Amino acid sequence: MMPVADFYSSSLKVPMLKSLLAVSSFVCALAAHAAPDAALVRRLADADSGVKVAAIRELARTPGPDVLRLLEAMSEGRLALAGGAVLIVDGGSAFDAATGAAVKAPENAEAVTVNNRIRGELGNALAALGLFDPDPAVRLASARKLQGKAAAGMEAVLSSALARESDPRIKDLLALTRAQAHLSSADPAVRRAAVRALSGSSSPAVRGLLLPLTGKDGEADARVRQAAISAVKSIDGRLALTENLGRAFSGLSLGSILLLGALGLAVIYGVMGVINMAHGELLMIGAYSAYAMQTVFRNHFPEAIDWYLPAAIPLAFFSAAATGALMERTVIRWLYGRALETLLATWGLSLILIQAARALFGAQNVEVANPGWMSGGVEILPNLLLPWNRVIIIGFALCVLLLMWALMNRTRLGMFVRAVTQNRAMAGCVGVPTARVDTLAFALGAGVAGLGGLALSQISNVGPDMGQSYIVDAFMVVVLGGVGQLAGAVWAALGLGVVTKLLEGWSGAVIAKIVVLAFIIVFIQKRPQGLFALKGRFAD
Amino acid sequence: MREPPLPPLLDARQRAGLGIFLAAALILVPALHLVFPPGHVLHVSTYTVTLLGKIMCYAIVAVAMDLIWGYGGILSLGHGLFFALGGYAFGMYLMRQIGRDGSYRSELPDFMVFLDWKDLPWYWAGSEHFLWAAALSIAAPALAAFVFGYFAFRSRIKGVYFSIITQALTYAAMLLFFRNETGFGGNNGFTDFKRVLGYPITSPETRLALFGVTAGALALSFLFVRWLVNSKYGRVLTAIRDAESRAMFIGYDPLWFKLFAWTVSATLCGVAGALYVPQVGIINPSEMSVANSIEIAVWVAVGGRGTLIGPIAGAFAVNLAKSWFTVSFPEYWLFFLGLLFIVVTLRLPRGLAGLWRAPRRKDAPPEAEP
Repeated sequence: MMPVADFYSSSLKVPMLKSLLAVSSFVCALAAHAAPDAALVRRLADADSGVKVAAIRELARTPGPDVLRLLEAMSEGRLALAGGAVLIVDGGSAFDAATGAAVKAPENAEAVTVNNRIRGELGNALAALGLFDPDPAVRLASARKLQGKAAAGMEAVLSSALARESDPRIKDLLALTRAQAHLSSADPAVRRAAVRALSGSSSPAVRGLLLPLTGKDGEADARVRQAAISAVKSIDGRLALTENLGRAFSGLSLGSILLLGALGLAVIYGVMGVINMAHGELLMIGAYSAYAMQTVFRNHFPEAIDWYLPAAIPLAFFSAAATGALMERTVIRWLYGRALETLLATWGLSLILIQAARALFGAQNVEVANPGWMSGGVEILPNLLLPWNRVIIIGFALCVLLLMWALMNRTRLGMFVRAVTQNRAMAGCVGVPTARVDTLAFALGAGVAGLGGLALSQISNVGPDMGQSYIVDAFMVVVLGGVGQLAGAVWAALGLGVVTKLLEGWSGAVIAKIVVLAFIIVFIQKRPQGLFALKGRFAD
Repeated sequence: MREPPLPPLLDARQRAGLGIFLAAALILVPALHLVFPPGHVLHVSTYTVTLLGKIMCYAIVAVAMDLIWGYGGILSLGHGLFFALGGYAFGMYLMRQIGRDGSYRSELPDFMVFLDWKDLPWYWAGSEHFLWAAALSIAAPALAAFVFGYFAFRSRIKGVYFSIITQALTYAAMLLFFRNETGFGGNNGFTDFKRVLGYPITSPETRLALFGVTAGALALSFLFVRWLVNSKYGRVLTAIRDAESRAMFIGYDPLWFKLFAWTVSATLCGVAGALYVPQVGIINPSEMSVANSIEIAVWVAVGGRGTLIGPIAGAFAVNLAKSWFTVSFPEYWLFFLGLLFIVVTLRLPRGLAGLWRAPRRKDAPPEAEP
């Protein structure tokens, strides 16, 4: 057995108990309940564990502040037996457990033994009592705690809690828990009704509870078994659904990163007809910008470290855009009309950028931490937790997309870019400064890639080679989506992201990649110009 | 209508050059390697023999790449796949030749014992026969290229689209071969070979024999591709490269012309891969990496597209530079290679071969860009 003092300190670490302690004084102030039955209280100190358990269950049926205080004291090991009376020991003073009257702390008090079985029972009982707490958060926590381990004998407490409950979420949870308690009922009809009620759950804990009932060893009644089998099946179906929803969601976030990479690629390809093989390295520059800004904040503004990421947005955009403009001016400009050679030249640029990153930041991956406000997640269904960093990335990609759309459709530069995409010679003839548009479009595409890298730094490793693993996927987005229109890139990126993630769950990452590639090759048989081809005459 | 006469396969100077090359590879190098003891000034070390043999394999790949890029105008960024397929097909035979000498003393290759497989997978059937493995190292890349090329060329995918799809193809294949379940040794690939055709694979005689065979294969590839591009077929291929729509309107179907060149090119790569594996002693999925395939393009670009000698010279120049850099300044190799890509495309569009010929053509109009 654990020493009394030791158990006392460890039990305080349980947050549930802390909150119970905090509210117990509030509960005391409410109208007085009948004091617990003295004979019942005496049984708490019985030598036999079975008697103790029965007494705890019995007490939990009559919720009230005295019972709460009593059971808390017991779970903290402060219950003592002295001369036939059960006492609550509190520091130097002692109270009679049944009446609450202060008594003199006896010399020969013997601590009431609390073993693991009793401790579990007490936890359940305290949670059941928590169901009557005025604070809905405590009630919710208590209901969650009981879920999946409610035992027989708690139906009455659960029913009365259910009758008093007004919060629909807690109500649902309680109804489920009550059905769980019914599972150990002696009456097969009650068990069957409970199984039926539980088949609406989507919790793995409930599934674990029902699973033994599907076999002959766990359940004697054939009809209950049958009901349990179909209940497990329907829970499995719902679990698979949430799992797939989760995958679709991570597909969306992968898709939004692909989108940020592919947007720039598609604009550059549309305007200049060149594939920028160094695009992945522009992502890398964006990711290293996040790292650099994080280092600056750590060294100079450690109190504002959580805000390094917003501060890195302009840095990521402009450093990538400047690199892009430099690449365009020094290399790509001189290769117009030679698309295949531009491919090779930009590959050369990417090698140089990778090696430069190795020289500057080292060949190892660097650590970029999520800011505090991006950790954690929002639970929209049981078992479906959407991590904040992915939610924020999707929102961020959406903002960039909107800005990009506005830029392309509502500004003069956007009009020029569209004009050069459609017909370079004609645009030049009517006075569009094509050379400057090229540089600006390249810088814009590069900057958006930098923003993509910034987003990527929050969910994957940051290292010199990071761009290489995303670039093939980004190319596939461009191939699938066609060029010249944002819509193609958007649908292709999100579609590829979601399909890849769903396939990954079904067949593994490698097969998923191969299947997606095969699909793209088949797809461009039908639509060689991509999803959204530019309408009009093409000559080559 | 009379067709214009085809030029001779080789002029006198080229015949002499080929003779010198074959004499050097088949007589001089073996003699220097075997006759002079290690440490002697004239001794050609095992390292050098292996390095030159390896580079000759690369040169075959460069010739294959030149056929499709220089004459067909199709830039493949996935030729590493065909090279590796040939290498893996022949590597299967070399793995079977290990017999019971592996570290697990089993008939199965070590990696299969490690994975607790009891039998060879079906596609390993027959791999113990040299001829079957040799045929497979030609047929596997040819078939893969034919199927992929048929669908790609039929839907008239070309230019950079085609390039990045071939890149995705080799990338996907690399991921596939990285898996242990694929049955090709996963990450580690095939290595620790002991014998080829029963001869110990590391003995000087076997090395020199492989070296000679590779030199012969390089000469034959060169002659075959040269014959091909000088033939009527080659002229139509070049016409399609320069003006596909026009060639189509005259009545040629570009699909079959491109597909033939593409498949021949992949087959040559397979041969090169099969010769590469016994000399280097290892094949693993990194041969299919995106970077490796693009490097092939830079050998051809450095040497000069559309000439056949150029790419061979380019393969030698770049790979000798690589082995020198990676020993002396490993951290600068990528800078050098990157600069090479940029300088060659910007300043030397016709490569080293263009430099060679430039003085004679000073007053000629600039060539049309393929």
